[in-house]
Amino acid sequence: MAAIPWPVTDQSPNPDIVGSAITVSGLVKQFGRFAALRGVTAEFAAGRFYAILGGNGAGKTTLLRILAGLIQPTRGSVSCFGKSPREMCEELGYMAHPSLLYDEMSGMENLRYFARLYGISDADRCQDAIRAVNLDPALPRPVGQYSQGMRQRMSLARAILHGPRVLLLDEPFSNVDVASATEMTGLLGKMRDAGRTIFVVTHQASLLEAVADEFVWMEAGQIARRSAPTLAGSIAAGSTKGRGAE
Amino acid sequence: MTPSTSSLAAVTLKKDLRLEWRSKDAINAMLFFALLVVVIFSFSFDPTAEESREIAGGLIWVAFLFAAVVALNQTWARELRNDVLDAYRVSPAPPNSLFLAKVLGNFIFVSVLELVMAPLFIVFYNLRALGPSYQLLLVGALGTWALVVNGTFFAAMSLRTRSREVMLPLLLFPISIPAILAMVQATRNILTGEASAQFWIVLLGAYDVVFTIACLLLFETILQAE
Repeated sequence: MAAIPWPVTDQSPNPDIVGSAITVSGLVKQFGRFAALRGVTAEFAAGRFYAILGGNGAGKTTLLRILAGLIQPTRGSVSCFGKSPREMCEELGYMAHPSLLYDEMSGMENLRYFARLYGISDADRCQDAIRAVNLDPALPRPVGQYSQGMRQRMSLARAILHGPRVLLLDEPFSNVDVASATEMTGLLGKMRDAGRTIFVVTHQASLLEAVADEFVWMEAGQIARRSAPTLAGSIAAGSTKGRGAE
Repeated sequence: MTPSTSSLAAVTLKKDLRLEWRSKDAINAMLFFALLVVVIFSFSFDPTAEESREIAGGLIWVAFLFAAVVALNQTWARELRNDVLDAYRVSPAPPNSLFLAKVLGNFIFVSVLELVMAPLFIVFYNLRALGPSYQLLLVGALGTWALVVNGTFFAAMSLRTRSREVMLPLLLFPISIPAILAMVQATRNILTGEASAQFWIVLLGAYDVVFTIACLLLFETILQAE
């Protein structure tokens, strides 16, 4: 594994990569008889910030989980810097809607455990990640006693802990107050400026207008369109009704 | 660099022991369950010392098997809360380090249970081994490993099923029959002193080796299953 750059706002390990970070081709995902994705084909450039938008059931979360290597597509392929997501797992950071943290442990204890999974034994790195999301690393409270917003921020700290080149975030701003959400988008913007590729699934597109490079609108398991990061004229597409579970 | 399977297993085991120490979910449930079984069986049968030696092997291992299921269910339930298992799945950590940590954790929990319950069995059933009693330690260790290695595997397998608490015994008990038979017969032989327990101990050892290897080979498929 290449040396992990830290802090995460430092330059990405391969800033010279200007081609595709992720390429998906003919992606279909069936859950029983329900098709969550219906032939998604797209190319996402390295070092850009993508906001994935769409109504409930549009397939946003399913797409993100496939990119993270958590689920396999029924048909089609995914390539992350020319490799499969599983092969690139050290370079991927994933944040889900649930916190992916142990409620009974403090934030620092959680991060120290997850850091070890990536071969990081440096406690300073965990402290830096917690400070980067504006939390106190010395907070002894277990995560289960955090507010929802604090939990989201700690979850983001876990996702960026190993300095991933690609960040996949599912609803990172849900239940986060506006000030904290703005801080989080600022951090993500800095990470993008450092050459990292960022995907954010969200219903709060307005938060990302200033920082995202592109809005990717999903509808009924397909990418309906890609647009400049502005909501003007995009609301209709974003509010399209979905078809079920994502 | 990704650490070795053994060092990651040690880290995960330490984390699991810490979580159990704080919540005491598994150990409390197991202890109360096993205690109830001992007391109820004792009042139901009221056996003589000689009868106890004949039936104790079965009673002890059935009590431990049922109690172990409680811990086995708990071990993965913890990973499902907040979808923490996904954080492990997206990491480069080898799946087998997670499996080994869970097996070792369950082995410790069930061993603690056995150490606490053994004196109660001796008192309630007036037990005294007529055979080589040191062999009970070997049977205990090998038998416990057999229960937890399969139990941990099948608990992981039933993770994504709707009624996993019911599914685990349905999967675990049939496949554990050879091990249970060996444990019960070995314990009975040691307690009564009528025959050697060697054959059953060797059988138990072989069972442990085969199922540990099989579970290690198959666990990655189970972990990455949707």
